[in-house]
Amino acid sequence: MEDEKHGEEQLCTLEKRGNLFFLTLTGAGEHRLNPNLISSLRSALSRLQSDPSATSSSSALITTAQGKFFSNGFDLDWAQSSEPRLQLMSSSLRSLVHDLICLPMPTIAAVTGHASAAGMMLALSHDYVVMRRDRGFLYMSEVDIGLVIPNWFMALMRSKIGEPRARREAVMRAAKLTAEDGVRIGVVDSAHDGAEATVTAAAELGEALVARKWDGHVYAGNRRVVLREVLEAVGYDETVTKVADKAGSKL
Amino acid sequence: MEDKKHGEEQLCTLEKRGNLFFLTLTGAGEHRLNPNLISSLRSALSRLQSDPSASSSSALITAAQGKFFSSGFDLDWAQSSEPRLQLMSSSLRSLVHDLICLPMPTIAAVTGHASAAGMMLALSHDYVVMRRDRGFLYMSEMDIGLVVTNWFMVLMRSKIGDPRARREAVMRAAKLTAEDGVRMGIVDSAHDGAEATVAAAVELGEALVARKWDGHVYGGNLRVVLREVLEAVGYDEAVEEVADKARSKL
Repeated sequence: MEDEKHGEEQLCTLEKRGNLFFLTLTGAGEHRLNPNLISSLRSALSRLQSDPSATSSSSALITTAQGKFFSNGFDLDWAQSSEPRLQLMSSSLRSLVHDLICLPMPTIAAVTGHASAAGMMLALSHDYVVMRRDRGFLYMSEVDIGLVIPNWFMALMRSKIGEPRARREAVMRAAKLTAEDGVRIGVVDSAHDGAEATVTAAAELGEALVARKWDGHVYAGNRRVVLREVLEAVGYDETVTKVADKAGSKL
Repeated sequence: MEDKKHGEEQLCTLEKRGNLFFLTLTGAGEHRLNPNLISSLRSALSRLQSDPSASSSSALITAAQGKFFSSGFDLDWAQSSEPRLQLMSSSLRSLVHDLICLPMPTIAAVTGHASAAGMMLALSHDYVVMRRDRGFLYMSEMDIGLVVTNWFMVLMRSKIGDPRARREAVMRAAKLTAEDGVRMGIVDSAHDGAEATVAAAVELGEALVARKWDGHVYGGNLRVVLREVLEAVGYDEAVEEVADKARSKL
């Protein structure tokens, strides 16, 4: 099950192994969230939902990425401060997050590389996050690169990180959080040595969740109630009309 | 002070010992929250509020006999009938409203299983003390094919600050022991056996009574603290939906 448009490189793959679906952001790059990548991811999720085995039996999704980055956030180079492009990128990501929150199965982000800004939001849009401890940061880079985060990012953060000081550390201090920092603040469920061990941990967690034999639609229904404020918040983005001049990556 | 309608079994009792009121869900059953039981509980709370001695510093301790605190809504009674589900929902929401507005501190002494709506009943108290050797707090909905209603989550958020603890309870349908509850901040203390649990509730009740708070001031402050919960109990969007599979898996 590959997601490949004619003439374009393959941006992600969707594979099934037993009851687990693996969504992989492919290639060695930064996996910048531009409309192409987001569209590929949404296509894959759409194909997943129409897979008969996904809905008839208990399944789980594991999202991971190849290379040094989980995702380095929005593709600001592509957007070039163009309002329409920024708006398209924002609405695409918000739709993807909505898809993930409504997905009729548990979701796990296996973070084996840097996840910054919108890339960190992508990770946090999963029910569980397992992360590599020896490399990679969760990093809300916005304060460092001159951007103001949209409200929906904070709604998502609040739904996952309960402690105000942890949110301050992440957002207002733009801390580069290791997996162990993540475990401490409650945003990462477990930390592992190396990429393989991280993905293995994701698979083990996935199997444990699948073994509960929940009805996927009931699961999604409950998630929608739990994350109600996030679902409301992803409906709009008040920041897409403003862009700061300085927006280079400082990773 | 017993709550007993002619020809019906006694579903709960209300007793006064010193400054403490004891509301007990009686009998060895599951204490399923159907309109009868809820109505008995609300009657008892109403009588409590009209007791002249309740105006001096008092506290309420709610406990239950047998293996269950409460196993949740009486889905067998409701039989997926919308009017019955709506009645059950609005009755419970009124009871929770009554508890939040009660002019005295409230303590749930949980000595048996508290599932789903039964767990919400426990969480509607200011304090929860629980037996450690037996009994679970269990949001069973995921396991029995139900979607939790929004006001349940609002109540959960008002008591459980950590999103991961809420995830564990709701999205993982964890069977939480008293010690899990203490870890997650839902339970104030864990005790060995039912008697020790009730004794702990009494000690806590006495400590709260000793503060000599004005009950109406207490209730007024609680209403501010739990404002979102009071708003949320005003409606229930879920009573239209019932999953086919709704059997107790305890």
